[in-house]
Amino acid sequence: MLAVVSYVLPFSLYEGLVFGFVAIGVYLTFRVLGFPDLTVDGSFTLGAAVAAVLIVKGVNPFLATLAALGVGLCAGLATSLLNTKLRIPALLAGILVMVALYSINLRIMGGANVSLLREATIFTQVAEFLGVGTRIVRSLIVAGVLAVIVFFILNWFLRTEIGLALRATGDNEQMVRGLGVNTDMTTILGVSISNGLVALGGAVVAQGQGFADVGMGIGMIVMGLASVIIGEALFRPKGVARLLLAVLGGTFVYRLVISIALRLGMAPGDLKLITAILVIIALAVPYLQKKAQREWLPPATKW
Amino acid sequence: MSENKSLLKLRKITKVFSRGTIDEITALNKINLDVNAEEYIAIIGSNGAGKTTLLNIIAGVYPPENGGKIIVNGQEISGLSEYRRAHYVGRVYQDPHIGTAAKMTIEENMAMALLRGQPRGLRAASNKQRRDLFRAALAPLGLGLENRLTTLVGTLSGGQRQALALVMTTLSKPALLLLDEHIATLDPRTAQVVLDLTEMLVKREKMTTIMVTHNMELALRHGNRLIMMHKGRIVVDMNQEQRSDLTIHDLVVAFERASGEEFVDDSVLLRPGNVVGTSEL
Repeated sequence: MLAVVSYVLPFSLYEGLVFGFVAIGVYLTFRVLGFPDLTVDGSFTLGAAVAAVLIVKGVNPFLATLAALGVGLCAGLATSLLNTKLRIPALLAGILVMVALYSINLRIMGGANVSLLREATIFTQVAEFLGVGTRIVRSLIVAGVLAVIVFFILNWFLRTEIGLALRATGDNEQMVRGLGVNTDMTTILGVSISNGLVALGGAVVAQGQGFADVGMGIGMIVMGLASVIIGEALFRPKGVARLLLAVLGGTFVYRLVISIALRLGMAPGDLKLITAILVIIALAVPYLQKKAQREWLPPATKW
Repeated sequence: MSENKSLLKLRKITKVFSRGTIDEITALNKINLDVNAEEYIAIIGSNGAGKTTLLNIIAGVYPPENGGKIIVNGQEISGLSEYRRAHYVGRVYQDPHIGTAAKMTIEENMAMALLRGQPRGLRAASNKQRRDLFRAALAPLGLGLENRLTTLVGTLSGGQRQALALVMTTLSKPALLLLDEHIATLDPRTAQVVLDLTEMLVKREKMTTIMVTHNMELALRHGNRLIMMHKGRIVVDMNQEQRSDLTIHDLVVAFERASGEEFVDDSVLLRPGNVVGTSEL
């Protein structure tokens, strides 16, 4: 019990914040834009790979993290261009870029993984600067500051004129086009920002755990979805700010449950299976409830 | 009708669907039309007459074929895509779900509509000044929406959403207002409310309006010009004086004379939302 309070709780909080970037990215595409983007598994690793390789080459870790955000934007750009300019369905466009990124990530890292042991990371730099701390304290400070920055930028952006057009693109594309919005542009913008956030998450996670690995992105999309669903179900948020907080909160709860389950003896390898089952249940329950009430629902979309 | 005065000019507008297949259908056949400023045109015709296709062509959903021209205020817009025409053209659709965004608030919907056809930047989409403007625009509806700016539009009724869509279209005053059977899916009472509202807004804002309808009576009572379409052509075009004493029976006669076909079942034209066109019967 003491272990839960003293270690699992702050650690889950840290994880909730860094994986929260991924969840917010997933939220932006799946919920805001209505664009089921599977690039995430690839762009998470991409961010980690770029940041790790740059740090090993001696680049300032903050710059390396920023660069990871930049390449993530580019990954999202690629997916959204495939969709808007070549009319490849969103799901397939995301899978194509995700698969392509697997090879690209191997090329970037020059192998299956890159170690960051004894390298300067954003965590060690902050610890040096503050002159404090236990590992968990500095991790929380770094993740917290980043999360606050991301939260304020997004909360502002999604209320601007462009941000509104972006949200409306996912809500009613025909209407916003009729109002003079180039919906191709808003889609490209949204998917790019989403993958930038995911790559940022990857870069921070890699520095936190001390290595980047080519397989670290597998299942990120499902984890992100699980976090979004938990956040929505627990907090039933209304409005942009609360939605963003709910997604962060959902990620925290998800991570907390996973950490406790692992402590109780769950095999780490089963993690993705259990997450997938969680998401399946969350998606199926509303349908089955309506079906039980004999409510008609259209067949699932194939794309 | 002077050439220079017209706000909208259509020249040789043709649109063929499924060209080269057995389903080939000429939705619009070399349509020429001049619309003067502040005209309020009611377009009537059976299904498949080309009414909605005409609105789609004007709004830029698809381009005209074979060099057809669309000119608004002297500027040719034939090549502009739909979102680039928003500046000129505002539209209310038959389905209230299309004209408004359900998961966003009334205020957010109106903030988007206010910027119709204008570049959008990184300014806050709404502020006190704009909220006051939105309340002032909603108040005349008498639906109480002005006190519900933060309500999600998805929770409004179809009639309320259609009224909101109308107000949103008039907020930014586009040169041309297109109404695509915009009361056809509403119950009779709500339809009347939205129709009265249309009259009020069109008069107040002096908007040049094209209203497509299935309903002959509606076409006779509203607007100041009546156009009847049949098989992709304009077969009747009457101005205010010509249609002032017109009855539905006169319209049927006019249709038969113009189209050279017998009007088999006039109830088809009278009933809104019918499925079978007269010509196919």
